[in-house]
Amino acid sequence: MSVKESGHTPKYKLISDRANRLSPSGIRKFFDLLMNMEGVISLGVGEPDYSTPWHISEAAVKSLEKGYTMYTSNSGIMELRELTCKYLKEKYNIDYDPYGEILMTVGVSEALDLAMRAIINPGDEVIMTDPHYVAYDSCVILAEGKPVMVPTYQKNNFEVEAKDIEAKITKKTKAILIGFPSNPTGAVMSKQKLLDIAKVAKKHNLTVISDEIYARLTYDMEHTCFASLPGVRENTILLGGFSKAYAMTGWRIGYAVAPKEIIAAMTKIHQYTIMSASTPAQVAAIEALKTGEPDVVEMTEDYNRRRKVIVKGLNDIGLPCFEPKGAFYAFPSITGMSMNSEEFSERLLTEEKVAVVPGSAFGACGEGYVRCCYATSLADIEEALKRMARFVKKYKK
Amino acid sequence: MLKDVLKILEKDARATDKQIATMVGVSAAEVNKAIKQAEKDKIILKYKTLINWERVEGDEQVWALIEVKVKPEPEVGFDSIAERIARFEQVRSLFLASGTYDLLLVVMGKTEHKVADFVSQNLAHIEGVQGTVTHFVLKRYKDDGEILEGGEGAKRQQVVL
Repeated sequence: MSVKESGHTPKYKLISDRANRLSPSGIRKFFDLLMNMEGVISLGVGEPDYSTPWHISEAAVKSLEKGYTMYTSNSGIMELRELTCKYLKEKYNIDYDPYGEILMTVGVSEALDLAMRAIINPGDEVIMTDPHYVAYDSCVILAEGKPVMVPTYQKNNFEVEAKDIEAKITKKTKAILIGFPSNPTGAVMSKQKLLDIAKVAKKHNLTVISDEIYARLTYDMEHTCFASLPGVRENTILLGGFSKAYAMTGWRIGYAVAPKEIIAAMTKIHQYTIMSASTPAQVAAIEALKTGEPDVVEMTEDYNRRRKVIVKGLNDIGLPCFEPKGAFYAFPSITGMSMNSEEFSERLLTEEKVAVVPGSAFGACGEGYVRCCYATSLADIEEALKRMARFVKKYKK
Repeated sequence: MLKDVLKILEKDARATDKQIATMVGVSAAEVNKAIKQAEKDKIILKYKTLINWERVEGDEQVWALIEVKVKPEPEVGFDSIAERIARFEQVRSLFLASGTYDLLLVVMGKTEHKVADFVSQNLAHIEGVQGTVTHFVLKRYKDDGEILEGGEGAKRQQVVL
């Protein structure tokens, strides 16, 4: 859902300018095509192929049986807030107070929206990477801010440089929004590069919103939590959740932690728009934090095996792909083909029945790439690679 | 590295050396060598296929779980009697278990009659066997980690950003 620069977004009189400013999803056409197709292998999803580990689901089922069907506190169930803060302390050695510095949300999606609405005044600029997750710019626009793009490149493994961020800072810059490990590129950030960003943010007194929903899915490396860096706490909003690590996308449970003034502002908006995150989902999240660690480890090991297969496979068939060290996406270049990413994706789907997502859906710098999700069975990955190899051979420049 | 190889093979015994090599990040030759060694060390015992025979017409099998109470022998305890029972090919699995009985057998036969024969003619006569309780399996819901029937779950959407 990137903003259309061309301005041909249809304007309906009944619809607000705010809504009209958002462009429709870049993959609408895909849904229409997919509707009538059989035998499609999809590398186009953005979620685990696992179901939620049963002991987690069962905790929610039991809570329903016992009648836990009422609202929770606006901030979320206290036990869940405490466990989440304890988890962050143990994992990253960061301290957040479960009374006032954390808010349980309807996925990171809601947390992101709240963060933007809590800190942005009309016209404020928010710097983010291009490509980026589709909701980033839209959330800024909905908050009447202005998204400002910092291009990232394959040659730098899609990491973002602090100096490139600094070059985009103006009087109106309010915040920096980063999301690593990245959807769509699978890129991660080294600790040093994050420290550089922290320095820039401090120098210019900017808030950093760090979306770390994929924090647990890193391979052969340790994730650095932005909030754990020295001196950043007062200006950082950390977003996290349960969807990717515990295979809980449909439960819609995420959280934001930040200094209490920010959480108080976010909680105000949350209380009037959402009230509280779903109660059974919060119960499931409690179970996830208490006993889900072995599941995370096992699933991550499994993603890592598939990651190696798809990255090698894509490079072998002539779609150069840097090594993504996080999330579950490979982001191969298709610039060796005689078509753009949207055309590539559409034709790959109709001719070989493999669904991928055009990189252009994630920003201008995503053009020339496609996003391939490897959270699918090995057999499917291998079959998809075979079909893609045939396709590449046919259309290679 | 061996552990990684074994985890992959445990899920899919047909994974090739080359496929495993990619996933583990070593050469196919090294994978091959590790597997050969594991076979030699009896870490890998065999490569089997989990088949839902109920779906194959005319090939029904009868499975039974048999509890056996035995009198342990001096010095060797349950081992020597267990080794004797294990020799019968009908016995597919054999465990020493805590609880109200001592040994638990998983027995397979062509018909219930054949299983009953095994119990009365072979098992019951072994010295030290004090009693048996036979449970015929009526339906296999899950075996070796795989759900056999009714496990088809929800489908994901095909494209999600």
